[in-house]
Amino acid sequence: MADTKGKIVAIYGNLVTAEVTGSVRQNAVAYCCRSRDGVKLKAEIIRLRNQYIDMQVFEATRGLQVGDEVEITSGLLSVTLGPGLLGQTYDGLQNPLPQLAEECGFFLKSGVYKDPLNKEVKWKFTPSKKVGDTVSAGDYLGSVPEGIFTHQIIVPPSFFGELTIEKIAKEGEYTIEEKIVTLKDSSGASHELGMSYEWPVKLPMKGYKDRLLPTEPLTTKQRIIDSFFPICKGGTYCIPGPFGAGKTVMQQITSRHAEVDVVIVAACGERAGEVVETLREFPELTDPKTGRPLMERTIIICNTSSMPVAAREASVYTGITLAEYYRLMGLDVLLLADSTSRWAQALREMSGRLEEIPGEEAFPAYLESVIASFYERAGLVELRSGEKGSVTVGGTVSPAGGNFEEPVTQATLKVVGAFHGLSRARADARRFPSMDPIESWSKYQGSISEDDVAFAKNILRSGNEVGQMMTVVGEEGVSIDDFILFLKSELLDRVYLQQNAFDDIDAACSLDRQKHTFSVLLEVLNHQFSYESKDAARTGFFQLQEAFLNWNLTEWESQAFKDQESKVKGLL
Amino acid sequence: MRKVYTKINSIAGNVVTLNADNVSYEDLAIVESGHGTSLAQVVKLNHDEVSLQVFQGTKGVSTGDKVRFLGHPMQVSFSENLLGRVFTGSGKPRDNKSDLQDNMIEIGGPSVNPSKRKIPENMIRTGIPMIDVFNTLVESQKLPIFSIPGEPYNELLARIALQAEADVIVFGGMGLKHDDYLNFRNTFEEGGVLHRSILFVHTAADPLVECLMVADMALAVAENFAVEKNMRVLVLLTDMTAFSDALKEIAITMEQIPSNRGYPGDLYSQLAMRYEKAVDFEGSGSVTTLAVTTMPGDDVTHPVPDNTGYITEGQFYLRNGWIEPFGSLSRLKQMVNGKTRDDHRDIMTACIQLYAKCKESREKQSMGFMMSAWDEKLLRYGERFEKEMMSLSVNLTLEEALDGCWKILSSIFEPQEVGISSKLVEKYWRSGE
Repeated sequence: MADTKGKIVAIYGNLVTAEVTGSVRQNAVAYCCRSRDGVKLKAEIIRLRNQYIDMQVFEATRGLQVGDEVEITSGLLSVTLGPGLLGQTYDGLQNPLPQLAEECGFFLKSGVYKDPLNKEVKWKFTPSKKVGDTVSAGDYLGSVPEGIFTHQIIVPPSFFGELTIEKIAKEGEYTIEEKIVTLKDSSGASHELGMSYEWPVKLPMKGYKDRLLPTEPLTTKQRIIDSFFPICKGGTYCIPGPFGAGKTVMQQITSRHAEVDVVIVAACGERAGEVVETLREFPELTDPKTGRPLMERTIIICNTSSMPVAAREASVYTGITLAEYYRLMGLDVLLLADSTSRWAQALREMSGRLEEIPGEEAFPAYLESVIASFYERAGLVELRSGEKGSVTVGGTVSPAGGNFEEPVTQATLKVVGAFHGLSRARADARRFPSMDPIESWSKYQGSISEDDVAFAKNILRSGNEVGQMMTVVGEEGVSIDDFILFLKSELLDRVYLQQNAFDDIDAACSLDRQKHTFSVLLEVLNHQFSYESKDAARTGFFQLQEAFLNWNLTEWESQAFKDQESKVKGLL
Repeated sequence: MRKVYTKINSIAGNVVTLNADNVSYEDLAIVESGHGTSLAQVVKLNHDEVSLQVFQGTKGVSTGDKVRFLGHPMQVSFSENLLGRVFTGSGKPRDNKSDLQDNMIEIGGPSVNPSKRKIPENMIRTGIPMIDVFNTLVESQKLPIFSIPGEPYNELLARIALQAEADVIVFGGMGLKHDDYLNFRNTFEEGGVLHRSILFVHTAADPLVECLMVADMALAVAENFAVEKNMRVLVLLTDMTAFSDALKEIAITMEQIPSNRGYPGDLYSQLAMRYEKAVDFEGSGSVTTLAVTTMPGDDVTHPVPDNTGYITEGQFYLRNGWIEPFGSLSRLKQMVNGKTRDDHRDIMTACIQLYAKCKESREKQSMGFMMSAWDEKLLRYGERFEKEMMSLSVNLTLEEALDGCWKILSSIFEPQEVGISSKLVEKYWRSGE
């Protein structure tokens, strides 16, 4: 597809400028050919000026020379879509990492690109349409089984208008490249399609009927999220926090327990060690919902901090495009991006090299709109089949110095539906999840009545105030009623907001259990305690806390659970 | 013979530009001036104009000086002959022994494929209770030592080098005072570890660019010992703040737009590229990195410690002459401390919780409140804990340290006061001492 050729005229970091003749397209893929050894490095065109093009190269540019050839394709940076994506581990450009390791060993090698999908494997295709049917973009043509899902083969959203099926394959086994259907468009041209096709990552993938308002809560099995700061299927949320506050741990827990069909983990510019945990453990862990290994519902996109910077930007887009693809099959997809700050920093590096006028903290002026258009690709949609599908996006933010005033956090807060802010103080006090219950917010409606949640939040807030007052005037300085209020808020925090991620049972708390526990907790919070002294109150609450914590560790609806529940209630 | 260029167009900061052809990005060149020769690296190519970063600086370089391109990027020799040797940041011997030129390898090589990494599982014993018991160092971990200037961070690093279980020690000194360098070398020699150590040293008086090279050379050598020779390599870097400052200085001369307090926007990526070299290779050796990061003004939100914290797997805080139990954290410790000794985790938690309570009692005491009997116990505990566990002069194996903790607890508290399960108390409590 090398349509146009050019010659390198300047190199500065991973920014390469080339002189070209002929037409080129903005955001098209180009390859810089290293004359020293013939290796071709993938790049994306990011600016066109007269006969010059500026490219960001997705690899180290070491060894390139002025005068080296550039091959410019007409295609935009794309991902390959089709059956076989689930369970894979890709880098930011959709190269399968295990296959790269087989070929290159321990280290990543410049210029080695592998097929994202296996072209040999045969899939059992069952057509659902017949010759003569009219279809449009987003319609199902048939399906293949992919693990636990029925993978629909869809008319690619790149088609416009109505198409007529001229030919469609019979039920049988096909590879992803074999042509299984021929479509005729309104101009009379025929298109032969296989099961896989490419989609440019920076263009949202439409092909659905309508976008809907997200209303159905997405259960993460984390009490503090589901009960207090819920997220919805098709919604967006962000987790900003300083280092050591547990952002990645929260993402990992969510990726394990969230009640969605497909989880896409985009590790963008973070520690490789953390991805390795997911990578090695997910094939061993079972999904309680399906009984199958968790890996079968997961795609990992991994462009860790030491991998080429330009591919970081690509990795979040690769992630969201794969998510949109599975959404078109009527599935609920959760994309976890860790961390969007690293992606923003990649933008900043490139912007600096392009000598653009910098905005705040040298981030480019277009940072906000880039972040906004990324989060806007999430959403709940009604498909042409009448089913619903959703893409939920949760992104972590790593603000410099833990200060939420910085540009990336602020730009993100403008476009997300929920804010799960992590606090250093809570992490230092070993209160996990370290989400700040006073600062965080959510605009979504959860499963627990809003009035009850507001009541509980109010206790947290006023208890917190009493706590702060006590640091100044001491325990003696507050009334016993205020002191009990303080103890109530501490109890709520300790037994409900905090959750032990290392305990098999407490790590995931189902929605039913949350509703039940919360109703008991409300009884406690509403109870009029009459203690004679503060010491007696403290002892009483310690007993309550212990009983509650043990209750959290019992299996839901077991005999032990019921016994412990009566113990808790007996203390009132 | 390669072409020699004799016309330099411009000289600004440490960067010279000249017209040349057939030059590859990041290649090396030699600049010969009246004041001697210096290595230089291609940092920018624009049409036929080449920008070179001159390692020795441009002082005294004239526009007519000779420039010769070497046709390859920065390399370092790699073989077992490196062991016991000391080099500068451009790979030249600093110990008056022979120059090594065999088996040259490129530095700053590509990243490790994440799918070839192993989940870390081996503890590295250091003989320092605050590390072994409370913040266990794990093979392939990358950990910075956050320290205020003036703390004994280099002494700590040297001690870890002497005592840690590692096959090879690669030391990268950046911006070191010459005295510190000599101290390190003497300590290594006297401690008998010099024969399995390699030192790359950039002192504060050496050319700035070599400061950046030191880290890359040390890590390239370490990586090769791990992969080629299946060795467990410990890399010690000091001081990463000097490294970051060198980056800052060079970025500013290159007219890059600074992002935060003058540091370049890619500080995170630059640091990550170095720290991420710490890997446990599947079926081969490993690289573990300990790096000192001095915190200007004890400010953890300063860009260098802040970015470092996002990259590394925990941190040791060095404050008041010991490793602070509260800010310090080894993120990987739970991967190993479950299989050392059955009381390890419980002792770790109990001792720290009691020490936290002791601090509260001390605050009460300093505000003039009455001390209860419980407070008195805590104060006594704190004093002994600091002296017998926290002090950096203490040198104990993990088992001795755990026993030591039990001894302190047993002599001060009643068993039910320490919050350890009765099973362990029965096994380890030393009644009557």
